[in-house]
Amino acid sequence: MKYKVIFFKLFIHLAALLPLVNAYYLALTDQLGADPVESIIHFTGIGAFNLLLLGLAITPVSKRFKLSMLLKVRRLVGLYSFTYALCHLLNFLVFEIQFDWSLFFNEIIDRPYITVGMVGMLTLLALAITSIPSLKKRMGKSWQKLHNWVYLAVLLVGIHFYWSVKSEIIEPSIYLFITFMLLALRFKKFKKKIKKD
Amino acid sequence: MLIKSSKQSDLKEHQVTDESVYLQRRELIKKMGFVGAGTLLSSAIPSVANAKGIDFFSSKAEKTFQRYALNFTADSSKNSEILTPEAKVTSHNNFYEFGTSKSDPVKNSQGFNVKPWQLKISGECDNPYTLDLDDLTKSFALEERIYRLRCVEAWSMVIPWVGFELAKLLQKAQPNSRAKYVAFETLHDPEQMPGQASRRIGGGIDYPYVEGLRIDEAMNPLALMSVGLYGKTLPAQNGAPIRLVVPWKYGFKSIKSIVAIKFTQSRPTSTWNVLAPSEYGFYANVNPEVDHPRWSQASERRITSGGLFARNRIDTLPFNGYGEEVADMYRNLDLRKNF
Repeated sequence: MKYKVIFFKLFIHLAALLPLVNAYYLALTDQLGADPVESIIHFTGIGAFNLLLLGLAITPVSKRFKLSMLLKVRRLVGLYSFTYALCHLLNFLVFEIQFDWSLFFNEIIDRPYITVGMVGMLTLLALAITSIPSLKKRMGKSWQKLHNWVYLAVLLVGIHFYWSVKSEIIEPSIYLFITFMLLALRFKKFKKKIKKD
Repeated sequence: MLIKSSKQSDLKEHQVTDESVYLQRRELIKKMGFVGAGTLLSSAIPSVANAKGIDFFSSKAEKTFQRYALNFTADSSKNSEILTPEAKVTSHNNFYEFGTSKSDPVKNSQGFNVKPWQLKISGECDNPYTLDLDDLTKSFALEERIYRLRCVEAWSMVIPWVGFELAKLLQKAQPNSRAKYVAFETLHDPEQMPGQASRRIGGGIDYPYVEGLRIDEAMNPLALMSVGLYGKTLPAQNGAPIRLVVPWKYGFKSIKSIVAIKFTQSRPTSTWNVLAPSEYGFYANVNPEVDHPRWSQASERRITSGGLFARNRIDTLPFNGYGEEVADMYRNLDLRKNF
């Protein structure tokens, strides 16, 4: 069992890191499409969203199919989603805006779809930091409360994607649909929570 | 009352070969030829036969759109800007008829057939006429124009177009006094343009793509009908066989693969304006002062060569730097309202 988990984790590390390293290598050497900046921004953005949805699918799938091993890699998948999201933001700052800080802050404030994405990003940051085991222990019950914010984050990410496109809304619509499905699976949890409060 | 007795030898409606099948007969025979050649070869040289087998299944994807060298006078202006490499000009395209991703058009347009092509010039004019494919490159003297192209998405290129002034094409039609605007229309052919056949591929736009200019804008010497780039005829993904280039406006005004040009009395519709009027205006003049609601237009990234660390962000200029030639046309216009 232990070795299984280790191999599974190794697999996730490779599956998440290799495409990322490969994409940056191609982008740096001007081989990732005619506009490597746009390509790498899209690659890391959609990658972060994919990993976030994958992370949110782990709990329902492991419950349904009694695969407790899956739960052991949930944190890792979440952290890779954050890593991709951080790359996405840094790509925007470093390669798109090219350190024009006033433009950077103006865009975050003035453009609703970027504002929404940024709030989602900060939420993921809070979750990533508090995923450190010693912090988790110290936080006690409030840890779960904080980590329930992931449901808000995924919704914001979905809106950010939908809002960012010009007219091709089918792909972001599918993503939003999957998001709602994953949230619907937590319906009971939300209902209980509302009753308690 | 008409009584029609049919002979047994008469063909029934359902026996008629479907037109689409009929039109594919040569393609079918060609493919059968490939199979025949493939089987012959397979006994002799197995490795080649395998390659032929792949050829047969992917004959469509293997096609490349043919381009031909053009005769033209070179651009004599002292434009010192670095050109965007040809490989990038021809692989980074917004041409939703062939897919919404920038790399889709080059992939999906290689089988695009421009023969025969007809460009009809009509509407409020005394001499409406039609240009065939050959006429497009032979009716007017061709010249090279090196222009900046500024996309509304805040990236830009520098492209050596080959073409002729739109004004020459319009004057030949002798527009009358009611001609206040010029309307343009792209080919509508869902069989060739997958984006027109499927909303998923085509980004949910209503086709055919249409654009328009005021008549004085259309007559401005900068407005170019392009039939080529980098010395050769246009690649399909760049709008073969003929497209508009209006360098002081955002790229979406420069409509591709045009089949109709019409002089009109009232302002024609334009595709993006209809789709999102608050984001894309009719004029769409490049203007660093008026932001797109979702991003700044004050600066742009110039696509040349270099990877991620190419420091290519530059200030956007009013009218994309062509103010001297075009600003006069908008003297009495509030450019914030008429964006």
